[in-house]
Amino acid sequence: MAVTALSAAESKRLSPRLRKLEDERWLAMALLAPTAILLGLFIAYPFFEGVLLSLSSTRVGQPGEFVGLKNFHKIWDDSIFRTTVWNTFWYTGVTTVFKLALGLWLAILLNRHFRGKAIIRAFILLPFIIPTVLSTFAWKWMFDPTFSVINWTLFQLGLITTRINWLGDPDLAMTSIIVINIWRGVPFFAITLLAGLQTISPELHEAAAIDGARPWARFWHVTWPLLMPVTLVVVLFSVIQTFADFQLVYVMTGGGPANATHLFATYAYQLGIGTGLLSEGAAISLAMFPFLFVIVVVQLLYIRRVETR
Amino acid sequence: MIEGALWRRWVFYNLPLILFVFVLLFPFYWMIVTTFRPDGELYLPWNAPNYMPFWTNNPTLEHILYLFEETNFVRWMVNTMFIALVSTVISLFCGVLAGYALARLNFPYAGGLGTAIFITYLVPQTLLFIPLAEIIRNFQLGDTPWSLILTYPTFLIPFCTWLMMGYFKAIPKELEECARIDGASRWKAMVYIIIPVAVPGILSSGIIAFTLSWNEFIYALVFLSSPDQKTVPVGVTSELIRGDVFFWGPLMAGALLGSIPVAIVYSFFVEHYVSGLTGSVKG
Repeated sequence: MAVTALSAAESKRLSPRLRKLEDERWLAMALLAPTAILLGLFIAYPFFEGVLLSLSSTRVGQPGEFVGLKNFHKIWDDSIFRTTVWNTFWYTGVTTVFKLALGLWLAILLNRHFRGKAIIRAFILLPFIIPTVLSTFAWKWMFDPTFSVINWTLFQLGLITTRINWLGDPDLAMTSIIVINIWRGVPFFAITLLAGLQTISPELHEAAAIDGARPWARFWHVTWPLLMPVTLVVVLFSVIQTFADFQLVYVMTGGGPANATHLFATYAYQLGIGTGLLSEGAAISLAMFPFLFVIVVVQLLYIRRVETR
Repeated sequence: MIEGALWRRWVFYNLPLILFVFVLLFPFYWMIVTTFRPDGELYLPWNAPNYMPFWTNNPTLEHILYLFEETNFVRWMVNTMFIALVSTVISLFCGVLAGYALARLNFPYAGGLGTAIFITYLVPQTLLFIPLAEIIRNFQLGDTPWSLILTYPTFLIPFCTWLMMGYFKAIPKELEECARIDGASRWKAMVYIIIPVAVPGILSSGIIAFTLSWNEFIYALVFLSSPDQKTVPVGVTSELIRGDVFFWGPLMAGALLGSIPVAIVYSFFVEHYVSGLTGSVKG
């Protein structure tokens, strides 16, 4: 407590403004003010506006009036919206399983000493670093119906005889998008899980091996439980980003063919910005919120349970 | 790690690793090949005879020249750089101060505010872009770089704050107390003692914030409309596709050149980037 006594005496010599900052509460308020202003203005306020917008009948250049839940009723009856909801869950679920499995595999491959490890690790992160839109264009070019290098390779290997129209068929288009999302997400999973793996003491593995545990058992009973806390947080981030994804689908298909590959964000964009139905667009965006909220709450509760175990 | 015979190492480690690296890097190789391939070779059907997709013997700069001469590509690069730098600086400023307050000061509701920051950290941009577009228009910011400079911090600040909180928490309390016994004010102890110690964390947050702003797409797509205001991802998307016609050569050249600033920054600070990335997922 000598520190506070001294600082009280000390603060008498400071200017009035700085003296106020000696009080932790005032200092905290001053330090948090810029953040609070920016986040309030561009997150809290738009959220509030978005709710109002989704309850009105606003279109571009045409101020609307309050219509209650009419927009939500309308999208509920919209078959494209139902496809969108299904797509989003399918897209998020499938990509997350693959990203976790492949990312963990890659992390295990990287978790040993070999020459060139640093360089390989640096290169592996490239899909995650390079702006998504730009790398997705490379994929779009690789999936081009006429000039696809993937078709060329499959043809040369004798696996196909006619071209595959990757983005023209609804199921194939969805699969292509899923592949690209996995491609982009695996490095993030691998590098963060690798950091988790490196905190696990090798002695635990050696002890388990001496006790006769096979590699698979060692992974399942030693590595996996110890890695659980990191895994859960990584999955949480990935699920939210994937659920709310926009860029990848916008570039690859724009939601097509025949609105078969829309996610929440792309459909909201198409209606809200493309067609100018601002209220309906805002309603579709906001429809993500309850789902995201449940995902976050469930995940956070689960993380807490794992961490206190 | 317990390792067995040489062949086992190849089958279980080296081959899968080579496969991973190949798949993860192939699209970039494809981008480079396409950038330097003349149009005549580019648009050969996939089953044309003697077609050699993985290499070209007639490299050309025509696509890159097209980009510089016929489009506003240079302008887009400058715009993106300016927006990314300014929004990164703003976010670092706010994030460092807020992170310090939340990690090292005792005040009412500190825990609640920390949770609030974590929640905003999880808010995706696609949730709010339509009302935000209206607000940007009402503030007369539409079609200016400021529409992005002021909105990018909404996802960068929570990230920087979260990361900085981790770094600040790791600094021992005694460091500050020593400075205060020597007569430094609370403010001075923060600015001259604690923040310099946290410089690695500031670098990590800054680099990730920079790459995130370079990557951002939906706000830039919605808030900007004139060709000379656009950022690289939006410019490439809207100006190199006319109706159904894709200008693949210039498109790939744009994708390649547009990735280079990010790749350079990343290559200089790989270790900081990785430590920031792994720090960002620590609960």
